[in-house]
Amino acid sequence: MGNITLKHVTKSFGSTVIIPGIDLVIENGEFVVFVGPSGCGKSTLLRLIAGLEDTTAGTINIDGRDVTGEAPAKRKLAMVFQSYALYPHMTVAKNIAFPLKMAGEDQATIDRKVKDAARILNLTNYLDRRPGQLSGGQRQRVAIGRAIVRQPSAFLFDEPLSNLDAALRGTMRLEISELHHQLKTTMIYVTHDQVEAMTMADKIVVLNAGNIEQVGSPMELYKTPKNLFVAGFIGSPKMNLIEGAPAAKHGAKTVGIRPEHMNISTTSGEWKATVGVAEHLGSDTFLHVQADGVGPLTVRADGELAAHHGDTIYLTPDKTKLHRFGADGKAMMQ
Amino acid sequence: MARAVSTQHKTIATAAAWIVALLIFFPILYTIITSFKSEQEAIQGFNLFPSGTTESYIAVEAQNGYFKFFLNSVFLSVGSTILALLVAIPAAWSMAFSPGKWTKDILMWMLSTKMMPAVAVLFPIYLIFRDTGLLDSRIGLMIMLMLINLPIVVWMLYTYFREIPGEILEAARMDGASLWKEIVYVLAPMAVPGIASTMLLNIILAWNEAFWTIRLTTTEAAPLTAFISSFSSPQGLFWAKLSAASTLAIAPILIMGWFSQKQLVRGLTFGAVK
Repeated sequence: MGNITLKHVTKSFGSTVIIPGIDLVIENGEFVVFVGPSGCGKSTLLRLIAGLEDTTAGTINIDGRDVTGEAPAKRKLAMVFQSYALYPHMTVAKNIAFPLKMAGEDQATIDRKVKDAARILNLTNYLDRRPGQLSGGQRQRVAIGRAIVRQPSAFLFDEPLSNLDAALRGTMRLEISELHHQLKTTMIYVTHDQVEAMTMADKIVVLNAGNIEQVGSPMELYKTPKNLFVAGFIGSPKMNLIEGAPAAKHGAKTVGIRPEHMNISTTSGEWKATVGVAEHLGSDTFLHVQADGVGPLTVRADGELAAHHGDTIYLTPDKTKLHRFGADGKAMMQ
Repeated sequence: MARAVSTQHKTIATAAAWIVALLIFFPILYTIITSFKSEQEAIQGFNLFPSGTTESYIAVEAQNGYFKFFLNSVFLSVGSTILALLVAIPAAWSMAFSPGKWTKDILMWMLSTKMMPAVAVLFPIYLIFRDTGLLDSRIGLMIMLMLINLPIVVWMLYTYFREIPGEILEAARMDGASLWKEIVYVLAPMAVPGIASTMLLNIILAWNEAFWTIRLTTTEAAPLTAFISSFSSPQGLFWAKLSAASTLAIAPILIMGWFSQKQLVRGLTFGAVK
């Protein structure tokens, strides 16, 4: 089981309030991603759940049990750290076996579980090596191995892929998602990378300045962002946010249109624009344009589109995909 | 051409380094040379080639009993180091891993005590030792040596512990380790090199300490520093015997330092380069 409930959880360091009060329910087996910019309190929130930080106020329940004042070891959670935090003086086998040893398991059980974990994570050939003799990806696998052998009620990941190169990050992302499908255990994953959030999560929690801005599935957040912050944070490239006359025309303070929701024409359209930088990615082309009376926009076009610096194009936003926001920054009824 | 210049520079630099090293080492070398001379040779003036006699060593051992002083030196330096580590490890630990508002100030204050001239507190310390019956006692001197070296030991360990990433300790906590198991299985093995370097340096400092060891002892607790000073006696100066005594006093620590130089250099420079 791995139901986690936060009730008005607050964290302050001295007079600095990091998390003013968060309520959140995480269901058993869910893959929940905390996402937000640097300093939004996402890692602090994870550490509060782990028990590595004391809560200033509020309660944390795991499977109906109040664990707010409990030591990390008693919460039956496993954590994978950004720096991997492997024990440098122990071999891979001993690193993975460490939590089992602490739990007082017998040697035969430890050996069996370490072998199983090593097999799942492709580490069988590296069991006698020390962490210093492994690559970044292998170290990350050892850290995951150390977490899975305990069969915890939930896994906590604190930006586990941010030290890896782009290619390896993509592979590890898939491996962690696959692991979640195999184990079906609750996972809480902290990242500042919205691509990781969108691709891995069952549920995304968008945080900003210690507050939850929105909770929902990746597609909910993509389709119906509740406010300007979520609209600007979720989606890659970012949603275009337009103020002034074009927004007023739609009865809003700000309108948002995603780069992929604009029709491009070389002859006619709602907004006339001049192409600045054109990024040809093969499958897509990202055009950074200056639209007359609107301002700078990013447009996602077909990879075959042959637009170049200085070309004039016409853009027409898809009215059904237009997001309207009021003066308070909140989404208006469509 | 550029390569030739750089080789030339390298040769000059190497030669300069050797000259400086020899200059620094020369007093010790000359002490050793003099110890193999007769008293007559020793006072005859500068001479790098001794006759090779060991009469000074035999006389020194027969007159003063080297081994008693040697054993005292071992007891005092090792004992005071163990005592200092027992106090300093928990202190450095708490300052490194859960620093408080005043941690930096406490560290600075501790270090500032090393800036005080020892002679300023000679009288009060002497009187305390006299009144508590600790004069010429190995236990008393061991405590004294522990106290004077404690600031350096705490600082060194603090610097070393600060290099251990906090996340590793947190990982151990998440893995179910109690505080005791965290210390035994994770922290201690990772801190061993630092503790070893600190221990070696402290043994050397305690071994060489001469101010308190000479003033607070007479016969029973006197270490090798007192052994050397006993040769500048009212009977006059006997250079060859004094040199033999000095050689015997520095030899053990020199040999230990030679074998552990890698650890020592690491100890002296850790924290300097991240």
